[in-house]
Amino acid sequence: MKSYSTRAIALFGAAVLAASAAACSAGSGTSSGSSPGGDQSLTVGLVAEPASLDFTTTDGAAIPQALLGNVYNGLVKQDEAGKIVPDLAKSWTVSPDRKTYTFELVDNAKFTNGAAFTAADAVFSINRVKTAWTTSLKSAMDVVSSAKAVSPTQLQVTLSTPSNGWLFRMTTRVGAMFSQTGIDKLATDPVGTGPYKFGSWKRGDSIVLQRNDAYWGTKPFFNQVTLKYFKDPTALNNALLTGTINLISTVQAPEALTQFTSNSKYQVIEGTTNGEVVLSFNNSRPVFKNLAVRQAIRQAIDHKALLDTCFAGRGKLIGSMVPPTDPWYEDLTGVAPYDKAKATAALKAVAGTTLRLRLPTLPYATSCGQVVKSQLEQVGLKVTIDQLEFPAAWLTTVFKNADYDMSIIAHVEPRDLGAVFNAKYYTRYDDPTLVGLLAAADSGDEAAQTDNMKKAARRISEQAAADWLFLLPNLMVADKNLTGLPTNAITESFDLTRLARS
Amino acid sequence: MILRLAERAAVLVISLAVASVLVFGFMAVLPGDPARVALGVNASDEAVAALRQQFGLDRPLTTQYFDWLGGLLHGDFGTSYVSKVAIGPQVADRFQVTLWLVVVGMVVALVLAAPAGTVMAARHRRLSGLALSALSQLGVAIPAFLAGILLIMVFAVKLGWLPANGWTPPASDPGMFLKQLILPALSLGLVQGAVLTRYVRSAVLDVLREDYLRTARAKGLRPFPALWRHGLRNAAVPVVTVLGLQLATLLIGAVVVERVFVIPGLGSLLLDGVSNRDLLLVQDVVMVLVVAVLVVNFLVDLLYVALDPRLRVAR
Repeated sequence: MKSYSTRAIALFGAAVLAASAAACSAGSGTSSGSSPGGDQSLTVGLVAEPASLDFTTTDGAAIPQALLGNVYNGLVKQDEAGKIVPDLAKSWTVSPDRKTYTFELVDNAKFTNGAAFTAADAVFSINRVKTAWTTSLKSAMDVVSSAKAVSPTQLQVTLSTPSNGWLFRMTTRVGAMFSQTGIDKLATDPVGTGPYKFGSWKRGDSIVLQRNDAYWGTKPFFNQVTLKYFKDPTALNNALLTGTINLISTVQAPEALTQFTSNSKYQVIEGTTNGEVVLSFNNSRPVFKNLAVRQAIRQAIDHKALLDTCFAGRGKLIGSMVPPTDPWYEDLTGVAPYDKAKATAALKAVAGTTLRLRLPTLPYATSCGQVVKSQLEQVGLKVTIDQLEFPAAWLTTVFKNADYDMSIIAHVEPRDLGAVFNAKYYTRYDDPTLVGLLAAADSGDEAAQTDNMKKAARRISEQAAADWLFLLPNLMVADKNLTGLPTNAITESFDLTRLARS
Repeated sequence: MILRLAERAAVLVISLAVASVLVFGFMAVLPGDPARVALGVNASDEAVAALRQQFGLDRPLTTQYFDWLGGLLHGDFGTSYVSKVAIGPQVADRFQVTLWLVVVGMVVALVLAAPAGTVMAARHRRLSGLALSALSQLGVAIPAFLAGILLIMVFAVKLGWLPANGWTPPASDPGMFLKQLILPALSLGLVQGAVLTRYVRSAVLDVLREDYLRTARAKGLRPFPALWRHGLRNAAVPVVTVLGLQLATLLIGAVVVERVFVIPGLGSLLLDGVSNRDLLLVQDVVMVLVVAVLVVNFLVDLLYVALDPRLRVAR
């Protein structure tokens, strides 16, 4: 649990749209033929260009999106169903006290600088998170008390307390494996064991990855992949329409999809992400200390109508902080069904109260905010909307100082329920019952984790700790003949290895 | 003449100094701590303080200002807060791209405006002149980005003749370079050309009313040859002045057009810098743009003197 509260939270900002684009290996997409396609190449259109290639010192979603799983491998990764599966670790065991993890590593992996990957590199990489990383994500490794190489292919990691969260974090960038002799130029020349090696970077334009012919696993189909960056959604769409790119990783404006759905040259993929669009309540404000008020606000919002209006009906209603790809997902939209009459009656005592809805200047927040305002005013509340420039003004006012009544932002980090709903976070949600459930989930075995996380998700929904407007969809558009596209985008990496051309 | 030159040079230097203080000052009061943005929202205060020290952001503002200015004068643009890469080479790279765009855009504008404006003036009471006038009015009303989007829709998406975006350096593939340059340069040039046309028209109209042109006509020259031989040089003086002023607009237009056409020029570098809170980078790029505009205006002043001998007389 400790790691949850101190970790950086990915917020769905201008650049964070890219995080949801982080399509993963997950998804029931078409199978990848996986026989390498000779010298075929692919160009992918993405939204946010990295500022540097070093995610150990630079934050943001763009770097792991490009490099994790493609240039870097971890010990473990997430599969299509959201399960933790082997990567550089063939297998692992957990001690009965759930504190010691023993990993058996593959013996044929090599870094692109020629060095062989061994347990010593794994120890080096894990320890380096604590010493050399400067981003706040490094706290994921706080729970590790020691890492040691038992043999070149056996690694032992001991935790100070049992934590399911730790192994999960090892599937993210924090778990990336670095070469002891390949960390001099991480910002410009990354060295990993992945199926692709870094080729070149035209700043302001594109990054080119080349197939790593010495890769230890199944070689990818495409010989060369160009990641091309677009600030402007229209330019991104035009690039696909004119054949400059083969794939749009995230459709920014769902309204713009029709030009592709009506054209047989393209396929549209729609799945889920980890991005919950939250109507957050400042639970430390007197009006929000009243459970009946919070619940009534949830019931006053017609979520279906809202989704249709402000996100073209794309996306999924979830009713709590868990996306469908997590093992403990349950449809909780029934906890607070839309009931205008009931909400009006419940809010009678506080009718006329003015609530300050402080919105970041992000398109979805602005448009959904208008719908929320009008629906809440229909049940007797007064809502004033303030637009705060994102990121600087919103982060200072709402996120750091909690100077707000309600806000709207998408939280795109995976498994972020505990991170978002705690007393120190901008939601100011102080609930010992929830803390207990989350602690039990983190330290228990798999069954206990699932069971307790289900209870935690139900708890915050029943307690109306916030309202969950909808889950952002994973929307991709690609050339018709492209296969292996993931349906759901739930990891930090955009996995290029399964893509192929039929 | 020397006096005039010295006067203009002094104005240039003072403007540059004032501009540098303003640019630095605005960046200093902008919200959003670059160190915190680089480290992420929940970074510890100690980590942020350490990075601030590393960037030198903890020093007094005057020290930071003079260090920055001193660096610029030596060609040292500093190191980006976000990418930790030297800014100078990046700016130089991107500047070349924007220069191509602005220069070719300007040429397109001139090639359109000079004949169109002259015809509009010479035939200002005829249908052809009025039609051109209406057309240029339309051009003035359309912003460069809209022109860009329209051009893309027609020539890239519908007809498929030209690429919708991208940039290739002329040295690596001249053919592709030209193909990718045409639409952005057109969208800049069409709009600028429309604006310029109106200045050319009024300048030529003024010249047409001058006595020397009437004399030339009286000698038997037809209207266009008379204009060509005696009038255009005089008409060029006000047009050149406007051209200098227009350069600032053209640079701003280029920033927007670079975004529409996904061109890695100074404009997109500036936008990236702003969204990453890479304040030093923003400061440098803005300063480069300011220097470019001021220097061009200075050069226009010189050209002005060259074109109009009357201005060479010392006052």
